[in-house]
Amino acid sequence: MNYYVKRVIRSFVTLVLVITITFGLTRLMPGGPVDYMRAKLRKQNPNMPSEQIDQMVQAYVGVKPDEPIYVQYLNYVTSVLQGDLGESTYYNEPVAQIYAEAIPWTLFVLGTAMLVTFAISISLGALLAYKEGSRLDSAVSTVAIVMNSVPYYVAAIILIAIFVTNLGMYPLSGRTSLGVTPGFNLPFIVDVLRHATLPMLSVIITGFGVQTLAMRSNSIRVLGEDYIRVARLRMLPTSRIANQYVARNAILPIYTGFVIQIGFIFGGSIILEDIFQYPGVGYYFFNAITARDYPLMMGGFLIISVAVVIAVTIADLTYGLIDPRAGAGGDSSEAY
Amino acid sequence: MKPTDEDRNPMADGGDINAAEIPLESVSVEDVTRRDRIAKDLRGHWETFLLAWSDWRFKAGFLILFGFVLAGTVGVWLVESPTYQDGNKWDSPSYFGENPLGTDQFGQDIAALLIHATPDMLLMLMGGAVFATGIGAFVGIVSGYKGGRADEILMTLTDTAIMIPGLPLIIIVGAIWEPTSPILVGILVSINAWAGTARSLRSQVLTIREEAYVEASRIMGVSTGSILRKDITPQLLPLILVNFVMSGRGVIFNSVALYFLGVLPVEGVNWGVMLEKAYNAGAVTSPQLYYTVLWPLLTIVLLSWGLIMLSQGLDRVVNVRVRDRHEGGEAK
Repeated sequence: MNYYVKRVIRSFVTLVLVITITFGLTRLMPGGPVDYMRAKLRKQNPNMPSEQIDQMVQAYVGVKPDEPIYVQYLNYVTSVLQGDLGESTYYNEPVAQIYAEAIPWTLFVLGTAMLVTFAISISLGALLAYKEGSRLDSAVSTVAIVMNSVPYYVAAIILIAIFVTNLGMYPLSGRTSLGVTPGFNLPFIVDVLRHATLPMLSVIITGFGVQTLAMRSNSIRVLGEDYIRVARLRMLPTSRIANQYVARNAILPIYTGFVIQIGFIFGGSIILEDIFQYPGVGYYFFNAITARDYPLMMGGFLIISVAVVIAVTIADLTYGLIDPRAGAGGDSSEAY
Repeated sequence: MKPTDEDRNPMADGGDINAAEIPLESVSVEDVTRRDRIAKDLRGHWETFLLAWSDWRFKAGFLILFGFVLAGTVGVWLVESPTYQDGNKWDSPSYFGENPLGTDQFGQDIAALLIHATPDMLLMLMGGAVFATGIGAFVGIVSGYKGGRADEILMTLTDTAIMIPGLPLIIIVGAIWEPTSPILVGILVSINAWAGTARSLRSQVLTIREEAYVEASRIMGVSTGSILRKDITPQLLPLILVNFVMSGRGVIFNSVALYFLGVLPVEGVNWGVMLEKAYNAGAVTSPQLYYTVLWPLLTIVLLSWGLIMLSQGLDRVVNVRVRDRHEGGEAK
């Protein structure tokens, strides 16, 4: 079967599984969301007939407790596919709407952080490989490893201690200040950037290490390959060797690392956005957990998963553009 | 199997050779006992260990981990468990005094808290790493060796597990399940960490299964189970070990995060809980209280660094190519 078709099917399977997991969690866990919602509604409205309570449960969780399980499942899938993720019990708003408003902010902060990390890793890794064994190489490699042993939330705490508490250079929370008119004007853009700087930094300084080292070791390996020697013997210009022979072959594993990073980042947004009180997807997801707002919780998990699956699928499909071998058939997932 | 027959037939060409002189006749002069084999294996492992030990990164990682194990076993026994009467609320660190690292908002000695949290953290690390590496190794080895339909099914599963974002899933399951046993927490936070291990081991198995001796076993009709156990898994041990160490690091990262977020129910002391308490008490916004957040932070970073060093040092044993370069083989 064609690689691309296979790959898309695989993503589809993942999505189905994710929806099934959320459904299972909403329904099957003893004392889980459905019972919880029911008990809560009954407590709030002691005189309400149970049918009406069931209807409200359905509005919130998307599941009617008394139907046979497969009907519940089908209903759940249909409503999820229609973008109906239920209603938040904490914010009293449709879950989909809450996240729709939050997604761009998360994408902005973490997407930018990821691109910067990617850019740093590639150039730094290539530089280190070129100067392998030099003092610069060992110094930067050591720093990279040490930074990599720092969890990003630890980095976030340290950054807050330094830049917010001690130096007072950055605001602690939120995505914009009050009283700044949103729109395409300089004060607003500067304000948004100021709020996003520290969250981005904590991802970048703890994340660049792994990928820089991957790029470094990879470039070193490529530099030792025969075809590079042949290219040198053929007296090809250095720039051409560097760009077309070394860089292109060395970037591949970084690119897969990039793919894995996507998953990490959407998950990581939960902790980061909680620490910085940055209202993105992770922030609402976390609030849902603390408020035991099950619809918001499940919706958050679904949205984060869908985002990751889409991103990873796109990355995998474009992999073939960078590495012609990937699309050539065979077991291409080997490239992972 | 010793050549006992005195009057062995001479060779077909009429030559008269004492059969005992033909090396092919006697399989081995001495019988290899089980004990010999174990001794040889042990020597092999010891040599591997020495090779790894010659790398300073392995040494550093090993010593750090050993230190944590000491703290978690002997230390717990030496240092009294923290109580509310260790000192006053927020005693500053007095590095050679009563409370070397200071006390927290409940007057508990921070050093004692850190040490008494260690056993649970190590249990968590072990539980999670054993779970992730065990399942990962099983899936990776079986799927790499068997190929075909089994491989396809197992790899679809693995890829699915890789794609589902781990942390949100862990948080949801943790919030509903609320595990308190450290081993179960370790397993919870490695809920899909096995997938990466499975992938990397599988690709290694794919090359090993083509080796001559594996093929020989296969032709001789050795059962698949034996081949997997005796021919393939020993080759993978170093790589499995590296994966084990890295999953342990993942467990620490994630479990501390969960406790810091306050998602899991708290029983006993824990580095993540210490972080959370200090953070919520304003340790980050008031310079006098920095130390309450600093020591748990440093502990976590140290353990994590130690684990990375350990895995990098082991990498030298795993990766023959790297080993050659270190031994001065290829000086590129």
